[in-house]
Amino acid sequence: MREMMYGDAIAAAIIEEMQRDESVIFYGQNMAMTDRDPMLKRFGRSRVRIAPISETAETGIAIGAALTGLRPIVELWMSEFMLVAFDQIINEAPRFRYMSGGRVKVPVVFKAGYGFAAGWAGQHSNCLYHSMMGVPGLKVVVPSTPADAKGLLAASIRDDNPVVYLHSYMLTLERGEVPDGEFLIPLGAADVKRTGNDVTIVAIGWMVKKALAAAEQLKEEGISAEVIDPRTLAPLDVNTIVSSVSKTGRLVLVDQAPRHSSAAAVIAAEVSEHGFEYLRAPVRMVTALDTPVPYSTPLENYVLPNEGKIVQAVRSILANQAVAA
Amino acid sequence: MAAKRRWEKDRLVWIYQQMVRIREFEEAVKRTFIEHPQVIRGHAHLGDGAEATIVGSLFTRKPSDMVMPSYRCHGYPIVLGTPLKQMMAEIYGRKDGLCRGFGGSMHLADPERHFPGTSGIIGQSIAHATGAAVSAQIKHTDQIVYCFFGDGASKQGAFYESLNMAAIWKLPIIYILENNQYQAYTHFSLEDANAMAGEPLSKKAAAFSMPGRTVDGTDPVAVAEAVGKAARRARAGKGPSLIESKFYRLSAHGNVITVPPLPTQFPEHEAIAVYGNRAEFEEWRAKDPIGQFRARLIEQGTMAEGDAESILQSARDEVAEAVRFALDSPLPAPEEALNYVYA
Repeated sequence: MREMMYGDAIAAAIIEEMQRDESVIFYGQNMAMTDRDPMLKRFGRSRVRIAPISETAETGIAIGAALTGLRPIVELWMSEFMLVAFDQIINEAPRFRYMSGGRVKVPVVFKAGYGFAAGWAGQHSNCLYHSMMGVPGLKVVVPSTPADAKGLLAASIRDDNPVVYLHSYMLTLERGEVPDGEFLIPLGAADVKRTGNDVTIVAIGWMVKKALAAAEQLKEEGISAEVIDPRTLAPLDVNTIVSSVSKTGRLVLVDQAPRHSSAAAVIAAEVSEHGFEYLRAPVRMVTALDTPVPYSTPLENYVLPNEGKIVQAVRSILANQAVAA
Repeated sequence: MAAKRRWEKDRLVWIYQQMVRIREFEEAVKRTFIEHPQVIRGHAHLGDGAEATIVGSLFTRKPSDMVMPSYRCHGYPIVLGTPLKQMMAEIYGRKDGLCRGFGGSMHLADPERHFPGTSGIIGQSIAHATGAAVSAQIKHTDQIVYCFFGDGASKQGAFYESLNMAAIWKLPIIYILENNQYQAYTHFSLEDANAMAGEPLSKKAAAFSMPGRTVDGTDPVAVAEAVGKAARRARAGKGPSLIESKFYRLSAHGNVITVPPLPTQFPEHEAIAVYGNRAEFEEWRAKDPIGQFRARLIEQGTMAEGDAESILQSARDEVAEAVRFALDSPLPAPEEALNYVYA
């Protein structure tokens, strides 16, 4: 175990997997620019490459390389830049295996930061996982701690499917204990980040931190909140969530994405089908409002979920108050 | 004859004045990160070094022509006459900002001045500008479009797709490729096939059978001459041109990218911070387009030294007023965020 920053844990996973498997290659824009680059020094220009601003080709090339025996990691920096290449990510990478009747595979990791809620305005602050988590054949990973960041990335690199690995920009400098050496977290296993009895809070990515802070605050009011991090949105571990709801009877979903394009909406639907008999109150979603992300601080704060909004939602669900949509 | 000389003299001094206004504005934006930490959020990108390209190009513009640059967008509206105080208030996220605090530095828009808006996603605005040219063509407005983008953007699919369509539809547009030599942090020689082969980036024009020319982007008169020719072609209905204007970005790509509340001021230029090449940076700083043009106008007797000083002083006053206005302007009310999602 070693204390590490989230961003460094991500780098550690890439280095360790590249050391382990020569078929792993790594490329993207604005990286490996000089011979002093540590990744370049370690693995050479053949496996670590610099790419121009060409997302369609960057992602498509990764698919072609994956079809023919490599395991590319594409550094896309910001999840919005994936949108430039959405055909490749949504309608190419996850289709090949199925269309070939299982004859080929596409082991590729599309890595990007998401949700930079620091005044990056409308085009660089988004949470796009909802539009990817429902694509059969594609896996979607959203780690919330340094340890998860490492273990989930290593597993993503070893996975034989295309994986979209989305790390929160807001967590980059967060510190936490990270196991040394080989450390794998299976894709599709949620994690109970805090146990509690009165309410289940399911939170994603950066929101896990906010949910834990809210749970701490609620504890002072005598409310015991369980906090669950799905960690991967595809596959989605519905069982862990439903099992928690069977204990608490109440569910609050926290998601940085706008309400109708949130993973929260999908989880709410799953729980309403599989956990309806346990619910003692309506499910509450604490999401971003249905607007683009604005630039100015008060506007951004108003739109995004935060600790206070989570606390309020938990209080209202315990009082079983109805809310206007 | 005397009248004509006088006219040209005024125009050259006008070019110099606009260049200075842009520089002073950008310097103030940069200083804000130190003097008023966290007032500018997100990512801001400056046009220092690009002044000759911006002003030289827009010098050839007619009042109704459209201007569509990238997210490095401060310089253009300054030339178009957008009030600096509204621009600065936007960059400071204030209620009185040009876009009411919704867009910030990367997303200035002033449609009344034929500046319809910018995109923060590299290269995508090339398609939008091409669409503005379709609008001008269909409506027979006699407008042309000045489309500015960086060397990095010329590696995007949107660049290739748009230039081909502009060529086949003979659209009234000028593609001005601002080769500031760095694609964010990457030197252009590491990511451009033409550059790697020792060729100018304007060679890309041949792929679309349109005129392509490379011009000294530190010289506003040279830029105006090349862009003027492309403008005449566009106005005559003969279609698009590609101009590579080569200069040097004098500041880093943008302010430091980090998680608040860590400081986000501008780092050193990539030449130094990434490549350890101070000599390259100093060499180009010596070719600062503003210093060069100032010296030339004074030497030619076009501008008196005193006039240059008063131009600088009045630009500084104008920018200081803009900063004061922006700092005094209130932040928008939180609930405002629900506006403008739909028209």
